Amino acid sequence: MDLLIFQIPILMVQASLDGILLGILFALIAYGMALQWGVMNIINIAQGELVILGGYIAYFMYQAGIHPAYGVIVSPVIMYFVGWFLYRTIIFKVVDRDLFISILATFGISILTQQLMNFIFGSDVVVAQSNFGTTFLFNYMVTLPNAKIFAAGVSIIFAVFLVFYMKNSKLGRAIRATAQNARAAKILGVDTEKVYAATFGINAALCGVAGSLIAITFTLHPYVGLPYTVRSFMIVIVAGLGNLPGVALSGMGLGIFEEFADYILGTEFRIGSVFMLLVLILVYRRFKLSRKREYLK
Amino acid sequence: MKNNILLYLIILTLGLTAPFLFPAFKLQISILWILIILSLTWDVQGGQMGYNTFGNILFFGIGMYLCSSVQIGLFFPLSEWTASGGEKTFVHTPTQFFQGFFIGLILAGIVPALVAAFIGYGILGLRGHYFAICTLGLGIAAGEIAGGIELIGAGQGMTSPPWPKRIGDTELRSEFFYYICFLLMVCTFLFLRWAYTTRFGLVLNAIRDNEDKAEAMGIYTMRYKITGWIVSAFFVGMAGGLMGNMIGYIEPVETAFAGRTFGVFMVLMAILGGKGTLWGPIIGAAAFHIFKEGFWTFFLGWQYVALGALIVIVVVFFPEGIMGWLREKYPEKFGEIIDEEDRKSQVKL
Amino acid sequence: MESILKVNQVYKYFGGVKANENISLTVKQGDIVGLIGPNGSGKTTLFNSIVGTHPIDKGSIYFNGKEISTYPVPIIAKLGLLRTFQQTRIYNKLNCIQNMLISAKPKNDNYFSVFSKIPAELNNKAEDLLGFVGLYQKRKLRAGDLSFGQQKLLELAMALMNEPKMLLLDEPTAGINPTLINGIIDRLIKINKEFNITLLVIEHNMRVIMSLAQKIFCLAHGELIADGTPKEIKNDKRVIDAYLGVQ
Repeated sequence: MDLLIFQIPILMVQASLDGILLGILFALIAYGMALQWGVMNIINIAQGELVILGGYIAYFMYQAGIHPAYGVIVSPVIMYFVGWFLYRTIIFKVVDRDLFISILATFGISILTQQLMNFIFGSDVVVAQSNFGTTFLFNYMVTLPNAKIFAAGVSIIFAVFLVFYMKNSKLGRAIRATAQNARAAKILGVDTEKVYAATFGINAALCGVAGSLIAITFTLHPYVGLPYTVRSFMIVIVAGLGNLPGVALSGMGLGIFEEFADYILGTEFRIGSVFMLLVLILVYRRFKLSRKREYLK
Repeated sequence: MKNNILLYLIILTLGLTAPFLFPAFKLQISILWILIILSLTWDVQGGQMGYNTFGNILFFGIGMYLCSSVQIGLFFPLSEWTASGGEKTFVHTPTQFFQGFFIGLILAGIVPALVAAFIGYGILGLRGHYFAICTLGLGIAAGEIAGGIELIGAGQGMTSPPWPKRIGDTELRSEFFYYICFLLMVCTFLFLRWAYTTRFGLVLNAIRDNEDKAEAMGIYTMRYKITGWIVSAFFVGMAGGLMGNMIGYIEPVETAFAGRTFGVFMVLMAILGGKGTLWGPIIGAAAFHIFKEGFWTFFLGWQYVALGALIVIVVVFFPEGIMGWLREKYPEKFGEIIDEEDRKSQVKL
Repeated sequence: MESILKVNQVYKYFGGVKANENISLTVKQGDIVGLIGPNGSGKTTLFNSIVGTHPIDKGSIYFNGKEISTYPVPIIAKLGLLRTFQQTRIYNKLNCIQNMLISAKPKNDNYFSVFSKIPAELNNKAEDLLGFVGLYQKRKLRAGDLSFGQQKLLELAMALMNEPKMLLLDEPTAGINPTLINGIIDRLIKINKEFNITLLVIEHNMRVIMSLAQKIFCLAHGELIADGTPKEIKNDKRVIDAYLGVQ
């Protein structure tokens, strides 16, 4: 345990700012997961893998000489079709079954995708260089890579765009109607299969955006998908399904937690602390609800 | 009843003689026994009780580390062993090896059981997908945390005590572990078989089918949920201890808290064979193991892609598993009566 | 006669919704008491409050003299207070006999007794009770395959298997074929008289409840608006207004 961070206030500022920027990215992924969970009642364990896959698209562009920042345009387009394809081949069969089947099925997809990526892209840790430079604050005591700021900004833009789209477009209304009452929507003429496929596609596209941003701000590796899944799951259950501002805040909170844990426990325990936090949040919820003799549904 | 006894005798004979009939496959069949233990115990939570856990691997890993640590720690300083790479600095005498092994194995059963008892009240209070994901987190967190503990080798892992060369070669070693695995598997099977004939079996099923109703009828469900987990933890822990010894090298995430491999296998095997039945997990384990050993070499490099695809296929198209499919086709053989009219009239809205 | 159940000024809120407001009622041992009221008046909420499914916000509940409002559900059930559900709750993957066997009260419920085999006499008792409700033919079928009405009967039989002192029945005749309702009424009277089980029954079917109950309580929009004998209730203006929607 290294409590140095509490003795040097400027480190806390650094960690907090890093955490906020990171958290906005997490919130974007969480938004996608919440969308899918709310509309189709599916918890997508493969969410992290979709993110990493989206990241590899940007990395591929980088290797081909195109600036990886354009990944935030290209990746979601490709990932939308990946998601749509996954829905039409596998997910459509588990939508109306119980939740555990969907967890297992997406878990299988997660393993499949992990190994496919390992096979195709190799198991080296890679980064797509953006060369965006760095911003220095507080007299050079706080360093923020501009890529991170770019990532946060792009995430916010996409999130806002998506909110407007869901509110005002035909598909967005169809999605929201299906989320509230699928049977009624079906009767009123909404093609729920199309809605589900589109929702899964939109989620995958969001993962694509997030992945491209992660490619330029952090690292890519075929096996680091699951932590992203767990992070977005945590954010969704803390914020609640319909609560968009809550998702943003929880995301930032999680980001700050991770950065502080990195300083205090060490980077080798960073991922472990994320999973421990998951267990703690769920157990805390369980005890709080049991007071009212309820349980998490 | 007669058929059953014949079946048991055949399996018993095959099991006891296999090391001599198929000497090249001793390790593989030992692993088969381990897989059966893992799927049988998973089924206690997943199939009989309806609590799909991804975290039983927690007990596997604890048992594995504990057994080897005790084997070493009883006679030598553990931290030096792990720091230096094991047998290069310390050598067990045969007495030491077996003493350590049996004490370690028993502790590998008891300690995970205590862990289950301790965390059960909190974790088993969660339901459905929250329970599943929480246990997933537990399993992975354990692996990450173990990877940070210097005493047991941190990320590099540790070697388990090597076989005392004085009393025999690797063949004897394989046979020794083979029979211990077989014995453990038989004990697990017999215990569960007995347990399912008692009220405990029905309690688990009642919790699965309608936990709220069971509580409303006066059943202290938490008590029995924890009991089931303790039972699983006990056998899985010992299986872990055995595995650690057989493999020889314990890595935190790849071998001990092997969520990606054994953790997934145990779920897949039970579902493939038919969850909620006594023989389902066994058939599933056997089928999976044969598939894995047989085709792994063909898939070369694509093994885990095939695994992922297999999970998807079984879960989506074949969730009732082999036993479930048999039960639907020949219900009379299982003592069940299905009224076709009633079945058809169940409208799925 | 002792009052076996005493509900004292019970309040239950769900957020801003006043599901139960100042409900007080007593049930004398051995009686059949009815609980009526239009949809949404709080009847099932009251049941849930009594058996401990959720905690109450104010008030107290006494069963056989014991204050039970803080007890968890299994403990209240063990004291002898059971309920059936509106949407039937049975163990659908088990067959009817197994549903019955697991509903029986074990002789001693210490920790290790769960690992004892189920005594054979219990099988006979289960079959007798299944015969009593008319499900003997279906006893080997999976409970999930039964029709809704049959599941209701199974639930009733399961409750009897547990030998309760008092049974809260939530709409026992809803969804039952009208020609079979008389059979249900007869069985409920028999349960009350011969098995000595006090009944508190939520019912919408006025014919049924009027012929069953000695006393009736009427709820409307969360409050108790009237109580009395069936005759009194039938002619009570407040009850009629509540059902017809007049405030």
